[in-house]
Amino acid sequence: MSENETILELVKVSKQFGGIQAVENFDFKVEKGALHCLIGPNGAGKTTVFKLITGLYPVSSGRVKFKGRDITGMSASKRARNGLSIKMQVPGVFEDLTLRENIRIAAGNYVGAASLDEETERLIKMVKLDSLGNPPVRNMSHGQQQWLEIAMALASNPELLLLDEPAAGMGPEETAFTAELVKELNAQGLTILFIDHDMDFVRSIAKEVTVMHYGKKFAEGTVDEISNHAGVKQIYLGNV
Amino acid sequence: MKRSEIASKVSGFICTENILAVLMMAAALIVPAFLSQYRVGIFSYFYTTVLLVLSISLIWGFAGIFSFGQAAFFGIGGYTYGIIAKLAANTAMTPIALLAGVALAAAVAAILGYFMFYGGINDVFVGLITMCFTIALSTFMGQTAGSQWKIGNVSLGGFNGLTKIPTLYFGSYKCSKTAFYYVTLIIVAAVFIALKVLKHTKVGYSLLAIRENRTRSELFGYNVPKIQVLVFTAGGAIAGLAGALYAAWGNYITPSNLNLDASTLVVVLVAAGGRKNATAAVLFTIIYSYIANQLSSSGSQFALIILGLMLILVVLFVPDGIISGVFDGIDALFKKLFGRKQAEPDKGEKI
Repeated sequence: MSENETILELVKVSKQFGGIQAVENFDFKVEKGALHCLIGPNGAGKTTVFKLITGLYPVSSGRVKFKGRDITGMSASKRARNGLSIKMQVPGVFEDLTLRENIRIAAGNYVGAASLDEETERLIKMVKLDSLGNPPVRNMSHGQQQWLEIAMALASNPELLLLDEPAAGMGPEETAFTAELVKELNAQGLTILFIDHDMDFVRSIAKEVTVMHYGKKFAEGTVDEISNHAGVKQIYLGNV
Repeated sequence: MKRSEIASKVSGFICTENILAVLMMAAALIVPAFLSQYRVGIFSYFYTTVLLVLSISLIWGFAGIFSFGQAAFFGIGGYTYGIIAKLAANTAMTPIALLAGVALAAAVAAILGYFMFYGGINDVFVGLITMCFTIALSTFMGQTAGSQWKIGNVSLGGFNGLTKIPTLYFGSYKCSKTAFYYVTLIIVAAVFIALKVLKHTKVGYSLLAIRENRTRSELFGYNVPKIQVLVFTAGGAIAGLAGALYAAWGNYITPSNLNLDASTLVVVLVAAGGRKNATAAVLFTIIYSYIANQLSSSGSQFALIILGLMLILVVLFVPDGIISGVFDGIDALFKKLFGRKQAEPDKGEKI
């Protein structure tokens, strides 16, 4: 795959829930190596798009392509094994289990039993949770749970990482660490598509931004282009 | 392995649950020397119940699949053993009959599991479907009293069930009560140890994942319906083995062994003992079975009343199970008194 090759492509994707049109004719591309952000007002359809990409929801119409292959009919588990990984909006960690059990669950599908412990420690260190010991996850802070889930999402060694509001509910220091982590992962060659509402956070890391509104693509461009887009200011930034 | 790693593993192993498990196994090995043959036989019967309880520990405790169908698989194993053992020309075929009981119970569980889990059925609906399956099977077996319900020359016997089933033979050797005791003990110990080991394997982690959150597990790449079918099949096989051993032990099996009461009883035993802790479930089952046996010998039904009351108390006050709660309490007390640090991998969750 060449440097600017498209890794993810949505072709006229639509999703209806009964009479509600959550996503409509959404055309969207993510280039390999990108750090791409999806923004939009509440209810714009961003999380629905993530669920369509991961296969949690079937599309009502349109096609989803990953690494040039049509994965529209592929199950969520198969998409994950093919290199698609996600950190969900509400941390999808296993609260009754310990930190290491969570990582082992995520990594168990991808590494051999002999290297499972080593891989677990590598991932824990990557998100700087190695000083915590091995607490039950329910005793960890919200930010730590978010980082744990990022580590779990990385356990499959994905080619495309989806992050749904990775810094939501975090304080300034935690947000700064999350931003550094995301940038570092991207610098290592991982393609990242993320959703966030915190425009400072978006500005600090995103290279490309796509704006959604009422389930459709509203605008697309660099962070500066989007920040100065009159229409976007109108619908999303509150005309500031 | 470094000395510190060995020390860490040993330290991690030492907890109330594991100490009791070792003591239970040691006691089980020497018990026949101190009991009458009758009592040895009773303990063999307890072990068939323990095996059935372990099948629920596997599918419910590990994988979160709540099933009322285990008694049905127990019955399939028992009837299959009985029919084949009675049809066979000689008693040396009884181990084959035992394996056939396991295989048929596993096959039925696989078929039922396939349609449920690939059909997107989960949670309480699995309980309802397996409950209906159990009721249908026991009702069907109960109406097989007529002479038309025969396989070869073996009559299914309606509510009287199959009787005069040969016990287990190895070649020409007929298992004595003590030999049968050790056969059941070895099988129960093997399944129990397998479940303990399973927790720290990749398969164990996949089961934990689907128990905790199926959607998230799919997004980690786990083929959830496939794993559910496999574990449900394994649970059916263990229940079938328990049923075949029961038929070989008592020389009979009836529809009452596979009805809803039987199914509910084992679910309650696992819930009351501790569904996420196989040792707790096993210990509670042995204690309950012993009390029930003592009370039933006086003709009373107090055991079921006591169990019912216990379940209400468990749901209200110790939802993780009585014995499991006791284990945690003792561990916490020792930790407080002696400041012993638990091994990290075992914090938070026990199976």
